[in-house]
Amino acid sequence: MNFPILSSITLLPTIGALFILFSKSEENENKNAINLSLFTSVVNFFLAIFLWYSFDKSYSGFQFIEEQDWISGFIKFKFGVDGISILFIVLTAFIIPVCIISCVNSVKTRLKEFLIAILILETFMIGVFCSLDLVVFYIFFEAGLIPMFLIIGIWGGPKRVYAAFKFFLFTLLGSVLMLVAIISIYWITGTTDITQIFEIKIPVKYQYVLWLAFFSSFAVKMPMWPVHTWLPDAHVEAPTAGSVILAAILLKMAGYGFLRFSIGMFPIASEYFIPLVFTLSIIAIIYTSLVALMQEDMKKLIAYSSVAHMGFVTLGIFTFTPQGIEGSIFQMISHGLISAALFLCVGVLYDRVHSRLITSYGGIANVLPKYSLVFAVFMLGALGLPGTSGFVGEILILLGAFQKSFLVAILASIGIILGAAYMLWLYKRVIFGKLEKKELQELKDLNLSEGIVLFSLVVLVLFFGFYPNLILDTVHTSVDELIRNYEQAIVFNTSTVK
Amino acid sequence: MENLNLILPEIFLSLSIFVTLLIGVFFKNSYNLVTNITYIIIISLLLIIFNTFNESGNLFSNSFITNSFTNFFKILILLGTLFVMLITQNFIKEMKINYFEYPLLLLFSILGMFFMISANDLMSFYLGLELQSLALYILAAFDRDNLKSNESGIKYFVLSALSSGLLLYGCSLLYGFTGSTNFEEINLKMEFENTGAIFAMVFVLVGLAFKVSAVPFHMWTPDVYQGSPSSVTSFFAVVPKIAGIAILIRFVQIPFEQLVDQWKNILVFMSLASMLLGAVAAIGQTNIKRLIAYSSIGHIGYVLAGISTGTINGYNSSVAYTSIYVIMNLGVFGCIFLMKKDGKYCEDIKDLAGMSKQNPLLAISFLIIMFSLAGIPPLAGFFAKFYVFISVIESGMYTLAIVGLLSTVISAFYYLRIIKIIYFDEIKNSFDSIKNLKITSTIFFSCTILVLFFLYPSVLNNIVNTLSIN
Repeated sequence: MNFPILSSITLLPTIGALFILFSKSEENENKNAINLSLFTSVVNFFLAIFLWYSFDKSYSGFQFIEEQDWISGFIKFKFGVDGISILFIVLTAFIIPVCIISCVNSVKTRLKEFLIAILILETFMIGVFCSLDLVVFYIFFEAGLIPMFLIIGIWGGPKRVYAAFKFFLFTLLGSVLMLVAIISIYWITGTTDITQIFEIKIPVKYQYVLWLAFFSSFAVKMPMWPVHTWLPDAHVEAPTAGSVILAAILLKMAGYGFLRFSIGMFPIASEYFIPLVFTLSIIAIIYTSLVALMQEDMKKLIAYSSVAHMGFVTLGIFTFTPQGIEGSIFQMISHGLISAALFLCVGVLYDRVHSRLITSYGGIANVLPKYSLVFAVFMLGALGLPGTSGFVGEILILLGAFQKSFLVAILASIGIILGAAYMLWLYKRVIFGKLEKKELQELKDLNLSEGIVLFSLVVLVLFFGFYPNLILDTVHTSVDELIRNYEQAIVFNTSTVK
Repeated sequence: MENLNLILPEIFLSLSIFVTLLIGVFFKNSYNLVTNITYIIIISLLLIIFNTFNESGNLFSNSFITNSFTNFFKILILLGTLFVMLITQNFIKEMKINYFEYPLLLLFSILGMFFMISANDLMSFYLGLELQSLALYILAAFDRDNLKSNESGIKYFVLSALSSGLLLYGCSLLYGFTGSTNFEEINLKMEFENTGAIFAMVFVLVGLAFKVSAVPFHMWTPDVYQGSPSSVTSFFAVVPKIAGIAILIRFVQIPFEQLVDQWKNILVFMSLASMLLGAVAAIGQTNIKRLIAYSSIGHIGYVLAGISTGTINGYNSSVAYTSIYVIMNLGVFGCIFLMKKDGKYCEDIKDLAGMSKQNPLLAISFLIIMFSLAGIPPLAGFFAKFYVFISVIESGMYTLAIVGLLSTVISAFYYLRIIKIIYFDEIKNSFDSIKNLKITSTIFFSCTILVLFFLYPSVLNNIVNTLSIN
């Protein structure tokens, strides 16, 4: 492996951002910036596809490993992917061009800066999924806060300052404990390279505290109940592209973190804390679904539904069954597509009417037929209708959950019913009914760029609904390896205790 | 015959100060001339020290010591002064405090710091400290017609004299209990239980804590920072801190080496208190100079955290932190000297509103520096904190690490507030456009280092790790 493809994928967006920064054209500065950023992100997407294509699915370890001495004699800059992380890289590389196309319509001011922020954010997000070193991971994980803070704060809605601060401080607070844990791991094991840590195995007595420190960071980012409160604010105030990135990728970092770090490094503690995670997940699923029912703001409703869906993800991960974990990964990818699409749909309406309140709509199907159809697909995907990608993830997670605890699975199923309730009700209130409001009668249906974006998402949602194996095949060996290591550690631990 | 080459920088500095003083007196309106000569003096000093960087030895019956550690700090001081002078020239001329004494006083204080850092004897240490402080008192009150400047000068003088008194008391006690004023001999006498010496050590540490403005001896900092002319504030925030940290590290490492268990507690307390107070008290500030004062208190807390570990790694991380802190502060002050509205320099944070629209480059520099001060990766400020906390956790001081990192979250709030005002708020009245190559290049230099530091973060550590204190 000579060509450093992972670093290229990571760095390319930043290089594109630099080009945009230094390119000067007097007349159509915005157009130029959009073309440049679109070009960069599409090239990056093709690189990611190429990476996926040349990835060896039968090998469970890390591939495309790149190593570079970084902080001499202390930390190595190490990149590599396995079946789990590669999907998130592809997802990120796909979502970014979608965002760029969508922001043409929605971002009115300082478009150039906006595109630069998005591209730099892409670098950080891909870096998170590539890094095989705790410190490198932490740096990318935290660095993403800077562009996201600016995206919410500069281009956001009326309460953007509050939302941006809340987002930044909540996440930072969660992460500093993780930093303490990372440094402690360095002093315990003598390395921060996770492949080595997996082999060395952290002593059991440290695992509980370290697990909690990592948990504090991921739980905020995920977000799990009760630290989810930043998410609705951030989603509501962020511009459409910001919400899309937040829902589709940033939230997935935490799920990825659980899989890669919490389970891989602290199997004993992960097993010990299963009841805690299950409880929080179930509360998240049921409580936030109920909260979502009562929302009047469409974005807030989708934000709360995200929390509920993420509850499924944590539930699935901590079942430690192949079905549960693969279902969680699938659910994350599927939620990345569906929630992104739903936020884009809300964005389409917001660009036209400048309101996100459900009550300001009604009967839209009469004027926006294409839009209503597309929205219907995503709405059905979000509630997990068979044939959409949402179904596969949820059913796998429930399969996993039933093996562990009947009660938990039943409660989670109630969440699915509630999810159907709020989604269908939302759709009914917005799309159906009589078109009474005058300002809605003049609305134009989807334009070309919106059509391309939403249509490609529809295709993907349906495609993965009918052919989930494309994703499941990729993750299969890595998940098996993960579970095998986990079970070995548990068996080893119980035998030594006895 | 002693090897006078070791003290060549100090000799050169003293002689050139006297010559420049004469030039200043005999020529009329000689500010520009003296300033230019000062630049030359600083640059030649840098060259001299670079040339003899690794030479070490002691002089004058072991009361003066030179080694790579002292040389590193001297270079830091000189660079700090050089950049502070570059960014303050416009301000000094516009405030009409361009008297030739100004650069000379800077040189005097540098001379004092040089002797202080290199001191290996309580007497030479105290003399250096006082020479530095006297020059700083005058600088604080340099804007003679301004009431606030005078007030800050007096305040600084009175409080600092008090702390010097405590320090001197501590020194005399040390002499009384150990029978020597030489650092190494004091250390030898500490091998046996020496309660009196511990008593003395507390006084010495109090005096030093005052000089670096660590809590609870920080009270003077906000008032003096706010009252002094901004040009002097920028000097205060950068240079004397470097010297104070250097001598503190030397003190804990040589004369108080045996008392680790005792001074550790004191430093841990001061560090915790500084970090927390710096973070909490800065939230309510509206004056940017006061805010920087509290932020510098917080940063000193992190430096002290590194020192309080009592390990070589800890000292090194503190040295690295200090260096990065200097770079960040130079950038902040560079930005402050570029912001003018209606012919007045902005001091209220609210005046920064809308800067991102009118002056995007300055705004982005401010953004980078603020995030770096807050310690957000991948900027240099993060690595500074990272190194400190690595050594803190290595010594098993988890409380210090967790409280320290939590206080970075609190302090992130007020750094974010500045960014919020710059980027999110609407513009009120427009800024005067200032074009000043010296300031912009300083800001550029600072931001480039902060941003690109992550590419090769061990460069600073590699230098710092080679420094030898003895």
